[in-house]
Amino acid sequence: MANIVQVLVDAIALGSLYALVGLAIGLVFGVMRLVNFAQADYITIGAYALVVPTASVTPPLLLGALPTAVMIGGVLLVVVVLALLTERVAFRPLRNSNPSTLLISSFAVSYFLQNLVMLIHTGRPKSVGIGQSLANAVEIGGVRVPGVQLLTMGVTAGLLVALVLFLKKTPLGIQMRAAAENFQMARLLGMPANRVIALAFAISGLLGGAVSLLLTIQTGTLDLRMGLMPVVYGFFATVIGGMGSLPGAALGGFLVGVASVLLQTYLPADLRPFRDAGVFTLVILILLVRPQGLIVTSAAKERV
Amino acid sequence: MSRPSKRSGSKERLEARGVAVAFGGIRALSGVDLELRRGEVLGLIGPNGAGKTTMVNVLSGFQRPTSGSIRLDGIDVSRLTARKIAQAGIGRSFQAARLFRMMTVEQNLSVAAIGSGLSRRKARERALDILDWMGLARKADHRCDSLSYGDERRVSIARALALQPSFALLDEPASGMNDAECEALMEVIAELPARFGCGVLLIEHNMKVIMGVCQRIHVLDGGQSLAEGSPRDIQMNPAVRRAYLGEKAADSTLAI
Repeated sequence: MANIVQVLVDAIALGSLYALVGLAIGLVFGVMRLVNFAQADYITIGAYALVVPTASVTPPLLLGALPTAVMIGGVLLVVVVLALLTERVAFRPLRNSNPSTLLISSFAVSYFLQNLVMLIHTGRPKSVGIGQSLANAVEIGGVRVPGVQLLTMGVTAGLLVALVLFLKKTPLGIQMRAAAENFQMARLLGMPANRVIALAFAISGLLGGAVSLLLTIQTGTLDLRMGLMPVVYGFFATVIGGMGSLPGAALGGFLVGVASVLLQTYLPADLRPFRDAGVFTLVILILLVRPQGLIVTSAAKERV
Repeated sequence: MSRPSKRSGSKERLEARGVAVAFGGIRALSGVDLELRRGEVLGLIGPNGAGKTTMVNVLSGFQRPTSGSIRLDGIDVSRLTARKIAQAGIGRSFQAARLFRMMTVEQNLSVAAIGSGLSRRKARERALDILDWMGLARKADHRCDSLSYGDERRVSIARALALQPSFALLDEPASGMNDAECEALMEVIAELPARFGCGVLLIEHNMKVIMGVCQRIHVLDGGQSLAEGSPRDIQMNPAVRRAYLGEKAADSTLAI
């Protein structure tokens, strides 16, 4: 029994992480119809900002050496600035291009950033120890939960609530939702296009930075491709949730996270390496049954 | 609610001067002059394909004119962005309601009110005020994908008004409405200039609506101005009758 609860906790913690990435991708897709695969590199660069650029596999800490609050603020700032920079330089000039052009340029940005990190930090994986005390398990009702999982769930819940409040209560949040449904109409009603899009990128950077920190605490390693799988999963989350629907993106994130952990746990040992294939099959099956995703939005229909 | 007529910066006239629009080889408008004054309801009529919607698209910054200009109180606004034009005081509704369907009725109006520069709280106040006036107060917190067709159309007009425009451009607001809904809408439109201190440009196929609420009517045909004048003048105008109303159309109740 306790074992099942343990698995569920694992599943929800992983799902939380994917939900955060899914929201970041969904938010930018909402206002720009861009699936931003450079989100992976926002996460990677946020994590690498913790250490001093060296060839060493156990590099000295940079932002990671600062007091916790400053370190968190620093990483978030780095990723937000990076997200805004890519928006300004790479995506804003292409705003009126079709979605496939935007998609290809997000690959280009991603490839560029990945190689930039390789140039600065070299390509070898590194180990970094931050928040090691969080690796200790906390016992709750007979179940041992690693502190980092509690943190992941807590951070996700907090960010979800903050995001919902922002979108429902603030002027820019309301304009952002309107822009996600019908960008042209929102502009005719006075929505500031540049500001709203930049803000969507900034928030995607904030979410990306949170994922950087959580991933690094969880794994204790840095890798050039560390952001890739979360973003692939986050992308699936938005697709099965319904492109353009933020509740859908969060829900989809939890679903793929849970599916991944369940497969990891209950597949026969020989088949476990194919866990990802299992999740992808699940995504395909969901899309066969509900091609527009679990939550259908007007964004999924033709954009007027 | 603050009376818009007292608002500083309200614009007195919206003019199109020599506006031409060409889509490839097709001329949708050629050299049209049109003037809308604050405080009046101006009808814009003409057969299908006459260029009415294109005219509204140009006036609202949705479409750039190939040549000619749009002037607000003499200042050229035809190169401004859609947002700037909205903030300069031009609001419009579309033939299709184009509501934000995942949002509530109140939020739809608030998007416009916020776009005109209000805080969230003031925006909500203005939105509720307009909804109340249009008899839609009960629907304020309904999501727009749950509205009836008639309510959708009325909300889209309310949303254009929430911008607090000096000029409201309404593109076939009564299309698809039944007689009772039409009557109610006529009352609303007729009251707009007094209530909001704005000028109204009304595209409408229902001649009863047009003749009932407009002080002046502008007739387009084949992308050109055919005539302009009072409803009576237009009904009597032989060129208009030939082109649009049909020779036998002597009475104003004819719906086309």
